[in-house]
Amino acid sequence: MNAISQQPGIASNAAVRASAAPVRQRSAIAGAMEKLIEFGLLLAALFSVAITAGIVFVLVSEAAPFFRTVPIGEFLTARLWTPLFAEPRYGIMPLLAGTLMTTGIALAVAMPVGTILAIWLSEFAPARVREIVKPVLEMLSAVPTVVFGYFAVMSVTPLLQKIDSDIPAFNMLSAGLVMGVMIVPYISSLSEDAMRSVPMLLREGSYAMGAGRLKTAIRVVFPAALSGIGAAYTLAVARAVGETMIVAIAAGQQPSLTVNPLDSAATITAFIVQVSLGDLPHGTIGYKSIFAAGFTLFVLTLGFNLVGAWLRRRFRQAY
Amino acid sequence: MSPPGSRPAHPRDTIARGPALAAPVSVDAAATGGAAGRPREPLPTTTPANQEATAAAPAAGIKARVQDFSFYYGPFQAVKNVSIGFAERAVTALIGPSGCGKTTLLRCFNRMHDLYPDTRYEGKIVLNPSGINIVDRRISPIEMRMRISMVFQKPNPFPKSIFENVAYGLRLRGVRSRRELADRVETALKGAALWGEVSDRLRKPAFALSGGQQQRLCIARALAVEPEIVLFDEPTSALDPIATSKIEELIHELRSRVTIIIVTHNMQQAARVSDFTAFMYLGEMVEVGRTDMMFQNPARPLTEQYISGRFG
Repeated sequence: MNAISQQPGIASNAAVRASAAPVRQRSAIAGAMEKLIEFGLLLAALFSVAITAGIVFVLVSEAAPFFRTVPIGEFLTARLWTPLFAEPRYGIMPLLAGTLMTTGIALAVAMPVGTILAIWLSEFAPARVREIVKPVLEMLSAVPTVVFGYFAVMSVTPLLQKIDSDIPAFNMLSAGLVMGVMIVPYISSLSEDAMRSVPMLLREGSYAMGAGRLKTAIRVVFPAALSGIGAAYTLAVARAVGETMIVAIAAGQQPSLTVNPLDSAATITAFIVQVSLGDLPHGTIGYKSIFAAGFTLFVLTLGFNLVGAWLRRRFRQAY
Repeated sequence: MSPPGSRPAHPRDTIARGPALAAPVSVDAAATGGAAGRPREPLPTTTPANQEATAAAPAAGIKARVQDFSFYYGPFQAVKNVSIGFAERAVTALIGPSGCGKTTLLRCFNRMHDLYPDTRYEGKIVLNPSGINIVDRRISPIEMRMRISMVFQKPNPFPKSIFENVAYGLRLRGVRSRRELADRVETALKGAALWGEVSDRLRKPAFALSGGQQQRLCIARALAVEPEIVLFDEPTSALDPIATSKIEELIHELRSRVTIIIVTHNMQQAARVSDFTAFMYLGEMVEVGRTDMMFQNPARPLTEQYISGRFG
């Protein structure tokens, strides 16, 4: 790096010569600083990689003994999950079904609502309204999930029971709906950012062809932002799959393989919470089962992320 | 929608960096030939545009007539009391230094300014033969955009296939028949000299095309809807010389079919593609005339200075 060229306002050669020595000295210090900063940044990057690797290592090393006792085939196909019973069965399917059902309900709420909100905020709302609505929405994701869980049990479930009194006090529908509300801001906020970063030139092109606002928003801006919107969806899925408190509180903790959203069921995360709260001795198979469940969750989220990354690449637009 | 600040090359940003002339030149002074001390011969074919000027030869029809027209960004008057006629089925070039209001004037024709707050039209732009006033706020801007197409500074294809890009305007106008869409897309792509290069990959995304091809795609998109006027806003400023010459050829060919108004920074381009040229300076129309006459023998010293490259 040439330090002299970076010093503005050097008037004459004499001045350059006079300041040459301290400049060289300074550049040596600057060089050392540069190295130091580089090293610091590398350390920070390695730190997060190391933590991720550590998590994977713990999951795998704790789950491995579990799979030595329970064959993977049984784990994936058995229809009961009763690791704490006298006659334990280890089939992940009921938990997986619970997770996928609550996630599905949440996405069915959050994707349309979040997307429509994003389109409205980005293309229709006056700047002043947007500046109020967006932070308020984002505050929604700052609410502790415990609060959402109790909201589901105390408010949403009674409401559902008014429609059909047979609905149990703990059910997946209520938990899923509230979880959907919780992830709306993830989708709306990120999608809105993606749509707003679509260049004005593209919108003008559409308007110039005679399109109105709605057609421009849906036919030009939305597809142009699809990659960013896909990223928002991916994050929302990951958030819903990993969500713990709402489902643990509102969906019940009884693992059951069911396709009825009105049933109560446990999700993978709810089971992990339940077991880790109990007084299971360290090293037992029941204790190890939470790592197997956690590993499943990890694979599930990883899968969604990979699909999301593939979709993002597929729909990336170079404008 | 983005705030108006994101608009490219806002006149208010560029006007301060305008031509380095000592003082704003009075157009009227220039017209009498007194300002530069240069004797001015009467030239019937180039018209100082202080009152009413027409780019048309007497025989040709006038497609659009701008009358005592002014345009404001907030308090800033970007176009000052301009009057000019645009000849039918001819190319008229708007030239002038940055910030002179030529792009602003062009964007009035399809009411692009309506997209941004705090803009105001004053006066008339009459579209013949219907006699409709384009800038009348009571008339829907969408109606005007349906009749007047635009090609932008940078190619801006939509995130769709090549075919769907061209079909976009047709679909907006209610064309549903697959056959008609296919026919008209093909005609438009041929008209934009792009058909041969893309006929075998119409379903591929438009972003896969090169810059020059993208711009010709945008021209095809503009032509597909059979507009009355096509506006070109510096259509080659983002392109390399070869792509530029293709677009220029295209514009030259198109003039027998449609009225074209083109804004350009490039004087040679104006000389090559246009039949008529209008020179604007600081929001005013300085001179209008046949391109060949104007470039050989401008009526006003200011025009002469600009086209000979002494400022701007």
